[in-house]
Amino acid sequence: MRRRVLPGFGISLGYALAYLGLIVLLPLAALAWKASGIGVRELLHLLSTPRTLAALRLSLGGALLAALVNVAAGLLVGWVLVRYRFPGRRLFDALVDLPFALPTAVAGIALTTLYAPNGWLGGWLAPMGIQVAYTPLGAFVAMVFVGFPFVVRTLQPVLASLERDVEEAAESLGARRWQTFFRVILPMLAPPLLTGFALALARAVGEYGSVIFIAGNIPMRSEIVPLLIVQKLEQFDYAGAAALGVVMLLLSFALLVAVALLQRWSRRWAEHAA
Amino acid sequence: MSGRHPSRPWGWPRRLVHLGLILAALVFLMLFLVLPLATVFVEAFRQGVSPYVASIQQPEALSAIRLTLLVAVIAVPLNVVFGVAAAWAMARFDFPGKALLGAFIDLPFSVSPVISGLVYVLLFGAQGWFGPWLDAHGVKIIFAVPGLVLATIFITLPFVARELIPLMQSQGSEEEEAARVLGASGWQMFFRVTLPNIRWGLLYGVLLCNARAMGEFGAVSVVSGHIRGLTTTMPLEVEMRYNEYDYVGAFAVASLLALLALLTLGIKTLLEWRYGDELAHAPGGH
Repeated sequence: MRRRVLPGFGISLGYALAYLGLIVLLPLAALAWKASGIGVRELLHLLSTPRTLAALRLSLGGALLAALVNVAAGLLVGWVLVRYRFPGRRLFDALVDLPFALPTAVAGIALTTLYAPNGWLGGWLAPMGIQVAYTPLGAFVAMVFVGFPFVVRTLQPVLASLERDVEEAAESLGARRWQTFFRVILPMLAPPLLTGFALALARAVGEYGSVIFIAGNIPMRSEIVPLLIVQKLEQFDYAGAAALGVVMLLLSFALLVAVALLQRWSRRWAEHAA
Repeated sequence: MSGRHPSRPWGWPRRLVHLGLILAALVFLMLFLVLPLATVFVEAFRQGVSPYVASIQQPEALSAIRLTLLVAVIAVPLNVVFGVAAAWAMARFDFPGKALLGAFIDLPFSVSPVISGLVYVLLFGAQGWFGPWLDAHGVKIIFAVPGLVLATIFITLPFVARELIPLMQSQGSEEEEAARVLGASGWQMFFRVTLPNIRWGLLYGVLLCNARAMGEFGAVSVVSGHIRGLTTTMPLEVEMRYNEYDYVGAFAVASLLALLALLTLGIKTLLEWRYGDELAHAPGGH
């Protein structure tokens, strides 16, 4: 009842709903409408063409691997940034957000140049027989780049708020350092790690700008699903593009739900462990 | 604490482990973040300063810069108004479906940028819902500036709202209620109490929103049609030059975008450093 004092409920909510409806919900409804027009059999046929399957495999598999790498790298970088003091720490901390701030097209051409056979890193990897640019491996590298900040940023606040006395208790009871880490610290970090993993995965699955430059876009080999959508649009195959779009959209929704469920489950798990 | 167990006979000295971890983290950051960033500037100046300057002064580059600024100048304020309205409704009132509304606001972050462009093509494209009607009335949205603006608004819609909602929730409404009880009108309360309280959070949201609006590639790429001088924003100009093997030109425009990214990171860090307690750190915006 106290809230009654404050004005503007109707107008602010009404405006927000109308804006959201026009900008986001109506267009997404158009997507669902267009996709529903093509029928289940045709959709399955479209999804089971070898080229689409190959793209789905790279988009999903590459994103999954990239998110796993980002969990490991994010844990390392987050840990070092929160726990240790060294010169340049603040600078590196600020730099973690670079993949959020750098436009994806810029990241794409920079990574391609870097990993091309005559590039700084590519020239060094080529003699070992590792080619990154213009291969599926290149798509994976770009996916690691764009997803990197998520794990670090979800991990940092949790890591900073961990009570040191739990670790000290473990150590004074005779636990070795690795035992303390794996049995005491890691279970408490499971929720942010899982959230960061899912966010990095969702970002990498849908990523377009950085991947298309470095992947080389060879059909059946290094094409991603968003690229197939763009190609279908360029051929004015709206229904085909919408069908692939809806599949991607459902995938994103599934990931969002998974994040919510994982967080709930791991919170309960962490409470039991603690 | 560490004095009690200086080092176990079989364990590595603690210092060495710390140093190893720090070095490993720095190597990863150098390889994955610093090197790509350095590449942008090295490639832009590969042939010296004057080719760099010349390629930025070309008419296509200048029109791309103008278009990028135009799109951001339209998209960012619209999303600021939306963000403030949504945050006011969600942080100050209770209503059914609030959680669902929050999920819908986050939606643009979780869909592929390509889909953000695709949905507008399906609405306004030649074979879209409103395509024939628009065509008959001579209105062009897809492959024209309005499409670029719409796709950019879609992509950047959550930034301001997501920063303001948790911030205003944590601040509570006592000061605003006091202003009202003391006789302030709604707008007086908003401009004298609410806005000063959220200004740094608002600036933070605007900063991230603007960076994304100017740098967005996937969504605008779908609706642009790549008409040089008319519908190519800076990221699209980077792509076109790169595909034409004009590497210095591509990296020259890219270097401007990279500078914008560095500037954004700099101001963002400064804001977090100086006004950290007046910001709501929503983890993981794009």
